[in-house]
Amino acid sequence: MSPQARSPHGASSASTRVFDALWRNAGPPLPDFASLHPGYELATRRRLASFARTLRQNGFRIGLAETRDALSVLASPLATRPSRLQSALRALFCATHSDWERFDEIFMAFWRGRHMRTAQTLSGAPADNNKVSGRRVALAEAQQGPSGLLDQAARGGETTASGQGRPEGASPAENLATTDLRHITDPADIARAHALAARLARTMRARIVRRQQVRSQGRRLDLRRTIHRNIAHGGTPIELVLRRRKHKPLRLVILLDASGSMSLYTAFFVRFLHGVVDAFREAEAFVFHTRLAHVSPSLRDRDVTRAVDKLALMAQGIGGGTRIGESLATFNRWHARRVINSRTAVMIVSDGYDTGEPERLGAEMRRLRQRCRRIVWLNPLIGWRDYSPVARGMQAALPYVDLFAPAHNLESLAALEPYLARL
Amino acid sequence: MNRETISDKLAAVGYVADRDIATALWLMEFLKRPLLLEGEAGVGKTEVAKALAAVHDAELIRLQCYEGLDQNAALYEWNYQRQLLAIKAREGAGENADAIEEHIFSERYLLERPLLAAIRRESPPVLLVDEVDRADEEFEAFLLELLSDFQVSIPELGTITATSIPRVVLTSNGTRELSDALRRRCLYHYVDFPDVDREARIILTRLPGIDTALAHQVARMVNAVRKEDLRKVPGVAETLDWAATLAGLELHDLRQEPEAVHETMMCLLKTHEDRTRLTREVTERLLGKVA
Repeated sequence: MSPQARSPHGASSASTRVFDALWRNAGPPLPDFASLHPGYELATRRRLASFARTLRQNGFRIGLAETRDALSVLASPLATRPSRLQSALRALFCATHSDWERFDEIFMAFWRGRHMRTAQTLSGAPADNNKVSGRRVALAEAQQGPSGLLDQAARGGETTASGQGRPEGASPAENLATTDLRHITDPADIARAHALAARLARTMRARIVRRQQVRSQGRRLDLRRTIHRNIAHGGTPIELVLRRRKHKPLRLVILLDASGSMSLYTAFFVRFLHGVVDAFREAEAFVFHTRLAHVSPSLRDRDVTRAVDKLALMAQGIGGGTRIGESLATFNRWHARRVINSRTAVMIVSDGYDTGEPERLGAEMRRLRQRCRRIVWLNPLIGWRDYSPVARGMQAALPYVDLFAPAHNLESLAALEPYLARL
Repeated sequence: MNRETISDKLAAVGYVADRDIATALWLMEFLKRPLLLEGEAGVGKTEVAKALAAVHDAELIRLQCYEGLDQNAALYEWNYQRQLLAIKAREGAGENADAIEEHIFSERYLLERPLLAAIRRESPPVLLVDEVDRADEEFEAFLLELLSDFQVSIPELGTITATSIPRVVLTSNGTRELSDALRRRCLYHYVDFPDVDREARIILTRLPGIDTALAHQVARMVNAVRKEDLRKVPGVAETLDWAATLAGLELHDLRQEPEAVHETMMCLLKTHEDRTRLTREVTERLLGKVA
């Protein structure tokens, strides 16, 4: 038992006794971080503060208000039974389902000193936790690769410095926009193409949003304002007040194929992805090869280079075939309900070489089609001379695709924008 | 009211609580925070709010959220027909415009919608904001503001402060990510499908006439069906329908009547795809496992 726990205060409440029990094997006390609730025992406050900090390190969003409330819970009759206390703190500290699922293990590990894998503590954090200090990110990455989405990527380790110091904001290079992405080899050109991709994505995003606003003038009568304004006319509605219809902004979901056969294009599309997702709330990005990974959280990293590197690392160097069907199944089952609404366009960027069964791909495409508004399939191979979509997977998917378009150069990407704006 | 009382009262009103919900409900009271319930459709999130209202013997005010829900539908609206009539009548009596305006924007012409109703009750009601994830972000922000200040301002009438603070329960099916601010404001409880034992108790509570053994068999069977790869996983309401059907057919042992079991499975499976997936063979396999 730690020395602080054996409180000298005579008024040792029932909750203190529970705490004494909880603290057994709980490691050395950690430094105090705030005096939140004067009058309550210092040791308790410390333990709770460090528990809150442990949770925070695991990606829980816990503010001072929650910690303060937790202290009052400890002082309440509820604290007389550890199991009750546990469920109370769970209700208080959790904010999402993933918090909810991890809470008990962390609670046990902290208060009872039960064994918990280190990886769990450090890197079980949700991927969207990008406001944390660099040190912790480093820890998490060392544990299991960027954002813990694809464990294979972890093997890449620290080999990510390539993108740093990449020149930004190059002058408009018209010819670059039409050159096939495969044929850009000069590093300076690559950098310029990346910058162009990012800028195209940004303008596309901006234009989608702007058109939404121009089109959103509805013709519904606003009765409340009409009556208010026409009282002077004896209530006869002479001046009409109209209400503009509120449109939900278009949502774009991008599924990027990062398999070996796409490797020549992946880097550019990753850049493009970042441009679209960055700061644009209604966009979600996924990367797939043999499995599917949700990458929007990593892409929302303010640091462009870091975000793109993280993703490039996930996308690169993965052998094996592409399982488009299976990846789509994962998407349909676990993500579709959350990220797709009636105004969602799904953009699949893939060459359509699927090593899974084409029937599976067809079935999943049909499901996806029922949920979303449009499916756009971008295929870099269309730009090649003499290409026809004969791959069996591509054949199975085509009936459900609304727009099958080339994506072998930057111009072809930009050409999509008017189409998306019309959705 | 302490936690034991809540848990006893939940049982008394016929709500079969899971281990932690009583604590969460007590905590709501203690910390004066709203409770956010998440979980699959059909796990009984709405039931929690109903039970809470029954426990406190309070009125349940329900706001069903949907895409495009705005303040007019959620907070208040003016009664336009009456206003127009009043304008005509008073104009005839020769009143001036200012006086008419004063009159027609008074309490008499105000139509309360759920949110306004919830803060103007004498005794605190339970406010259920159902499927908050269906409403848009603007509404969520507005709701957050209301939940922290418990006052609303009506431009024509002034600020209305809550006469009693409602107990607020929000539910979400996870069709959209809720904002961090709203999540932080709330206590959180994830409602899972009940385990076999609890589901059996739910069946026994709701269908008092049913055979105990049958109730347990049904609960086990539904539990097995939920593990199949289905598009629409059957909820508790479906379980109850099915149990009632089986009881109505006077079945006592599912194993004896695989045919009837398969035929009545439509109570559980609500899409064509799921119906075709659970073939006779699958039903028999599941029955073999659970019975």
